[in-house]
Amino acid sequence: MKYVDEFRNPEQAKKILKEIEILCTQIELAEDRPIQIMEVCGGHTHSIFRYGLNQLLPKKLDFVHGPGCPVCVLPRSVIDNCILIAQHDDVIFTTFGDAMRVPGSDKSLLDLKAEGADIRMVYSPLDALTIAKKNPKKRVVFFGLGFETTMPSTALSVMQAKKEGINNFYLFCNHITIIPTIKAVLDSPGMRIDGFLGPGHVSLIIGTQPYRFIADDYHKPLVAAGFEPLDILQSVWMILKQLKNGEAKIENQYARLVDDAGNTSALNPIAEVFELRDFFEWRGLGSINHSGVKINEKYGAFDAEVAFNLKEVTITDPDVCQCGEVLKGILKPWQCKVFGKECTPETPLGALMVSTEGACSAQYSYGQNIDLINKK
Amino acid sequence: MHKKYKNKNITMAHGSGGKASSDLIKDIFVNTFDNDYLSTMEDQARFNIPAGQIALTTDSYVVNPIFFKGGDIGKLAVTGTVNDLAMSGAKPLYLTCGLILEEGLPIETLDKIIQSMQKTAEEAGVKIVCGDTKVVEKGSADQIFINTAGVGVIDKGVEIHSYQAKIGDKIIVNGFIGDHGATIMQSRAELGISADIESDCQVLNHLVGKMLSVSNNIHSMRDATRGGVVTVLNEIAQDSKVCICIAENSVPVRVPTRGVCEILGLDPLYLANEGTLVCVIQSEDAEAVLAIMRQTKAGKDACIIGEVVEGPEGVVSLNTLFGGTKIIDKLVGDQLPRIC
Amino acid sequence: MCLGIPAQIKEIIDVDNQVAMVNLSGVSRAVNIACVLSDVCQAHDLINQWVLVHVGFALSVVDEEEAHKTLKILDEIGELSATVEEMNQGEK
Repeated sequence: MKYVDEFRNPEQAKKILKEIEILCTQIELAEDRPIQIMEVCGGHTHSIFRYGLNQLLPKKLDFVHGPGCPVCVLPRSVIDNCILIAQHDDVIFTTFGDAMRVPGSDKSLLDLKAEGADIRMVYSPLDALTIAKKNPKKRVVFFGLGFETTMPSTALSVMQAKKEGINNFYLFCNHITIIPTIKAVLDSPGMRIDGFLGPGHVSLIIGTQPYRFIADDYHKPLVAAGFEPLDILQSVWMILKQLKNGEAKIENQYARLVDDAGNTSALNPIAEVFELRDFFEWRGLGSINHSGVKINEKYGAFDAEVAFNLKEVTITDPDVCQCGEVLKGILKPWQCKVFGKECTPETPLGALMVSTEGACSAQYSYGQNIDLINKK
Repeated sequence: MHKKYKNKNITMAHGSGGKASSDLIKDIFVNTFDNDYLSTMEDQARFNIPAGQIALTTDSYVVNPIFFKGGDIGKLAVTGTVNDLAMSGAKPLYLTCGLILEEGLPIETLDKIIQSMQKTAEEAGVKIVCGDTKVVEKGSADQIFINTAGVGVIDKGVEIHSYQAKIGDKIIVNGFIGDHGATIMQSRAELGISADIESDCQVLNHLVGKMLSVSNNIHSMRDATRGGVVTVLNEIAQDSKVCICIAENSVPVRVPTRGVCEILGLDPLYLANEGTLVCVIQSEDAEAVLAIMRQTKAGKDACIIGEVVEGPEGVVSLNTLFGGTKIIDKLVGDQLPRIC
Repeated sequence: MCLGIPAQIKEIIDVDNQVAMVNLSGVSRAVNIACVLSDVCQAHDLINQWVLVHVGFALSVVDEEEAHKTLKILDEIGELSATVEEMNQGEK
């Protein structure tokens, strides 16, 4: 596979890993703790687990799995609203496979599908539009989620619906934005992140300029990183080099796809269709100002929130949940009070237990045994 | 097929037990399956069984779509049951065929499926000796559901069990994995992808016969259907209380199957197969078994993907392409296409 | 987040609606190309180009030159390490 296999060469990895190990010994932190690098994006978390990168890197280096898994951070109230919509007899509810298993207060979309609701997994919002065209008597709702990477696709689908006069298509918009989220992590008391792996696919939409404040105001390095294992290792190496030299810069490892200025052709439809929400409630992080978008008035006819008269319901996370501390790198998953007790992959309380790649879920499923295997 | 069925659909009458039923049974089933056991039209099939331990299995088939590249629900209903028998080392002999038909199913479609069952039964060397047909109202079933039960005989001395894997044993698969799952995935219209892949749907009993002819040391064997290769490995690791370690770079995956997985965010190790076996064998016998497997169509791409190692009981680990290690557990539910 | 994968544009199948057919390892899929079109890049310029595909949309064209640069840097990181190793071995 072109532009894939070249970046998965294990031989190359050995050399970089050696360099990383040397760099780690040269970096001195004020406190006695591992160097903590946050991968903001769930895609990076996925790659790290898929290739076992965490097992290859030196013990002195820790990945902190960030808030960039849009599925994990969906609050229960949003899923509850999805269920309210999907329960209508005249609705075909469409979404990405990822959203199907996320628990609401009472049930998940997969549970509701089992009860007979017409819920369909699609690969693209355009496929939802096709379903709307084929089923003119039904209201077809697409549950749009994800960061800036996914926004152009839903924005363009809504614009396409308007252009073609498809009036039975609605978007339930739950897109979230990356910058306020990173800022919330940086502002939280006790934050112990030394550097950031920047979300590569978000960056190819927004560019690298919006990250400037991380270097300028918070003096932390960020490297916009690709998703293949060598991309990740190279980006870690770049962050470590900055740390060693006492620098804090915004760098771009993923230049084959990311333009520092972003992609105007993708940003335009976002600006055309969406506007910022005052705040968005996150599972695990609480409410973050201006961290979500909704459909603007011009495209209001396609807004499921309007069409289905949805109310802003806030269901806060249980008090005992310490996802926030884990997300910020203050606690390790097993140090959380409810880890493995009230909160397990089958009955998740917090964001990080929801997805199989979530930090807590992975730790719960594999933590002990992987240590046993590696001891061997 | 009799021309009186052309452009005709299944109606409730075909399941009523009256004339329409018995005509359909004679014209479609007895005619196609064509054997002495069935043609007596008794309420049961009667046969003698050669000496040995009897293996008995049943499975239901509800695949959607009912026709896919490389197979159809009829072929699957025979390969699935034959393979379940074969995994014990049994020689499959007789199958039953229970059908649940949705009102409105074109009889031509039914005929095609029955023909496919017979063709596959011939390939496997088994006979379909009794059956049952029920018709349900439109909407109560999805076109056609099939249940087949199968009976076979295990020769004396053949002992293959999921609890017998031992440290040092090799793990063999008979060919490329994930093709069936990828085929079904890409045939779902709403995902809009198309790829040149076909299901691996095939009978494995002859292959197993060959393997048994050169080794008495096959410790465990399963066909890796739903849940894929990982699920089978986990079952064996748990039942045998051992640790299994496989190497990602030795797992054979076809290029387009890998493409489907990359696009939809799936892992081929979890994709369903319908003609893929996982065999745990004493290491001394591994090469001989591989050699004979590779002489057959079903086993020409056979290879070793890992071994049973010292380590935590009941755990399957994967050495990734990249040199890392991870635990590969059973899935909580089905694998779903993902975007993140 | 955001599963994205490079695929090659083979054919423009609908100019008005900006749809192209891409291929990845023998797998084809129709994708929207609105985000990779601009004043300087028309639909027909995209044939045989590699693009990053996410949820049925091409989001960015792969810059081959940059890809090679990255691979070259990766090579050099390796070389540096190899040199250090040689030096260490020399000392022994």
